Amino acid sequence: MVAHVSLTVNGKPREVDVEPRRLLVQLLREDLDLTGTHVGCDTSQCGACTVHVDGKAVKSCTMLAVQADGTTVTTIEGMATAEGLHPLQAAFWEHHGLQCGFCTPGMIMAAADLLARTTEPTDAEIRHAIEGNFCRCTGYQNIVTAIRAAAVVMRTGVAAPSGAVQGGM
Amino acid sequence: MAIDMLGKRVKRVEDQRLISGAGRYVDDIKLQSMAHCAILRSPYAHALIRGIDTSKARLMPGVLDVMIGADIPYNPLPMAWPAGGSAGLRNNVNTPRALATDSVKWTGEGVAAVIAETPEQALDALEAIVVGYDPLPAVVDAEKATLAGAPQLHENAPNNIVFEWAVGDKAGTAAAVDAADVVVRQRLVNQRLIPNPMETRGDIGLYNPGTDEYTIWMSSQTPHIQRLLLAAFVMGVPEHKIRCISPDVGGAFGTKIFTYADYPIVLLASKRLGGRPVKWIEGRRENYQATIHGRDHITYLEVAGKRDGEVTAIRVKTFANLGGRLSTIGPGIPTTLYARVLSGCYRIPHVYAEVVGVYTNTVFVDAYRGAGRPEATYVIERAMDLFANEIGMDRAEVRRRNFIAPEGFPYENPSGLGTASGGAKIYIDSGNYEPAMDKALEMAGYAGIEKAKAAARARGKYLGIGQSSYLEVCGVAPSKWIGAVGEGWGAAMWESANIKVHLTGKVVITMGTQPQGQGHETTYAQIIGHELGIPMEDIVVQHSDTQGTPFGYGSYGSRTSSVGSTAAIKAAAKIREKARRYAAHMLEASVEDIEVEGANYFVKGSPEVKKTFQEIAFALDLAFDAPEGMEPYLDETAYYDTPNCTWPFGTHVALVEVDEATGQVELVRYVAVDDVGNKINPMIVDGQLHGGIVQGVGQALWEGAVYSDDGQLLSGSMLDYAIPRASWLPTLELDETVTPSPVNPLGVKGVGEAGAIASTAAVANAVNDALKPFGVKHLDMPLTPQVVWKAMQSTKGAQA
Ligand code: FES
Ligand code: FES
Repeated sequence: MVAHVSLTVNGKPREVDVEPRRLLVQLLREDLDLTGTHVGCDTSQCGACTVHVDGKAVKSCTMLAVQADGTTVTTIEGMATAEGLHPLQAAFWEHHGLQCGFCTPGMIMAAADLLARTTEPTDAEIRHAIEGNFCRCTGYQNIVTAIRAAAVVMRTGVAAPSGAVQGGM
Repeated sequence: MAIDMLGKRVKRVEDQRLISGAGRYVDDIKLQSMAHCAILRSPYAHALIRGIDTSKARLMPGVLDVMIGADIPYNPLPMAWPAGGSAGLRNNVNTPRALATDSVKWTGEGVAAVIAETPEQALDALEAIVVGYDPLPAVVDAEKATLAGAPQLHENAPNNIVFEWAVGDKAGTAAAVDAADVVVRQRLVNQRLIPNPMETRGDIGLYNPGTDEYTIWMSSQTPHIQRLLLAAFVMGVPEHKIRCISPDVGGAFGTKIFTYADYPIVLLASKRLGGRPVKWIEGRRENYQATIHGRDHITYLEVAGKRDGEVTAIRVKTFANLGGRLSTIGPGIPTTLYARVLSGCYRIPHVYAEVVGVYTNTVFVDAYRGAGRPEATYVIERAMDLFANEIGMDRAEVRRRNFIAPEGFPYENPSGLGTASGGAKIYIDSGNYEPAMDKALEMAGYAGIEKAKAAARARGKYLGIGQSSYLEVCGVAPSKWIGAVGEGWGAAMWESANIKVHLTGKVVITMGTQPQGQGHETTYAQIIGHELGIPMEDIVVQHSDTQGTPFGYGSYGSRTSSVGSTAAIKAAAKIREKARRYAAHMLEASVEDIEVEGANYFVKGSPEVKKTFQEIAFALDLAFDAPEGMEPYLDETAYYDTPNCTWPFGTHVALVEVDEATGQVELVRYVAVDDVGNKINPMIVDGQLHGGIVQGVGQALWEGAVYSDDGQLLSGSMLDYAIPRASWLPTLELDETVTPSPVNPLGVKGVGEAGAIASTAAVANAVNDALKPFGVKHLDMPLTPQVVWKAMQSTKGAQA
């Protein structure tokens, strides 16, 4: 049995035929090759698979692909624009908010959801908002710093200096 | 002139791809006609296998192949680090097969593998395999497993004992214990942990029938070692016929050092399919049963000393749970990496340790972040607190009185680090422990702690403070010592680097080390940019592929910055020297007269008569005008075997509040003062400390792998295993002292594990301190509300 799913992903309309049991995360990774969304668990704990569905952060391993029919999905690959990185991406980079990077896409998507709701979050609010996203590398400290810094940029358009310097690319 | 980036907080080169979703982890790789593997795992902790019927599974949709143990001609997996160092020591070795044949020793041991067109079809087919098991009684506790009447796992290991190993002066320690004013005895459990890198393991096997070569993509810390071990010990394939590639690795923490059963499975599966690639990706629950666990010690501690605070002896007996079969370096962790550094940063004259390695019906135990040193630090730092409390002396003061003095180096500790025949030595080369401790105590407000405790009491909280003054060992080496004492991998521990300078002046550094999130692509570029006077953006750092990289031992044991970086510096020195010789030729001067400043090579006294590094590279690559006897091109490889380990140290202080009503522990402040020597990139150093500290805090307060008595893993998923969350933690407060390491030119020591080594003991000490008013002397971890609340109830209530 095959089900048909129509959805918009990162601004592009997509049509996919899936097995009914296919998860949204599998549709993104396997059918659309958007491998920036990761799978870190099998019990919906880790948050590595977090994407936005109709503007809200969702763990894409908890949703069937068929449930995403008719929705608009944004993944980490859709965060940067022609103007450059999303302020959260830039802040994670600037403040060393990632090490292995495996949790990072989900973490950024969860943080983006928070900043859409709250423009001036406290550290406690930030820590609460990413409670469903595990990071085993950073101890969360620089992630919290990065989200706080991104909030400032999104509010004021100005980035506070972090002391980090640009190396080579 | 290029800006010198060494020592600066340089933004990481690798982040561009990782923040954009463009990282490439094993599961992101898709190859043409790729098939998928799933592994059937034992539901029993201990059972004989009567038979396996795969006939139904073979008929399932999409199934291409089904393998059981009998189909796999390969040898059992290797164990490369037996407990060693003393004559007549016996290791009763049993290692896993690719798939179990006659029996299973833990829930989760692999029994059969299905290869199918899709991962879902492979998983579906697992359910159609029928395995006949004869269940046997199981044992999961290391101490109980050694008792008479315990279920026996292996015929060659009576009483389930892998080895009985000892180090130190037994008689001298016994005499010191007998003569002491005070002896404190305590049983300490260092509970089993599940490491939980966010990316599970996974691999893709690819056999090339045209060349008879095997390629494996693996999420590994040690691609070169895996090629060696797979070739020499598992598959019987020549080493040059195997290629190991480790792409982006999503965290590892030790778990990805080892040789796992799935490597030969995917390689053989690909061969059986005539060369179709075969992918296996570990599920998270599967990771909890198929990838190593950490810690799991039961220790009987005796700490002896004088009433004036001097500790005169430490004696321990430790039962180290190594699981159902031995992982690659399992026995090395509780012996060399634990007992040999048991006395930490203290000058304790008598140390004696007995370690019993034990088989149980549990997942194999091997190196998890810190590997032996967190266990040792936990023992010695709990010992210091227990001893101080017993003699009624301030806990910091007891430490102060026992520190190795700054003029006491080099120091050879009594549990035998220094001893080896053939002149090879490991000794603690440097340190200055008091300033780091004083700074940490000052930051934490130690002097005013009694007032703070009283204030907390008024809010219904019991405040506790705990410290951990740790000693870390990074980059275990030299190879000579490892060879002489019979401890270590059974392999050398040097590192390699190759530098190539292209005609356009762009530089490629190829390393034998293997990152898992530490930012090697940035730090090596910082170092080589500094060494060659070129901008970081002209440098690319490569690693991770045995094809085209010099052999390297990989990254673990915090060895990359001290051993790997020094190899890179040596390679750069060779490049510089050749460039200098060619500059002399170009400038028609003698080599001795050429001076080098950054990228400029000029005649002594006349800096305007110069050639730049890029000009030299260009000319030397063209070689139109190379002098007689000089090879064209700048391409140099260096190998570095460090003369000694490095010895980071520091003091961490934790403040916790225990809720009177619930027993809930809140970590309210955490202060860390670390001395990791000079820093290549302080931002990355801080990040390593943050992550390590939180893993150690996790052990103290929340984490623990729990088995039922019959060997079912009760903490079997992320739902049941308490990984620290952002909302459970305060902002960590870091500071430093800097004592450069004397063994390498950068003066760096390593920082990958320090946080995890220090923090568990600091937090456990703080909680035990908070519970002092309840008469609590020691509670075992994890210090969950249940454990703490029970302890609070079992006394008559607070006396203070
Ligand atoms: S993969 Fe872990 S929450 Fe979705
Ligand atoms: S950066 Fe590795 S898990 Fe978060």
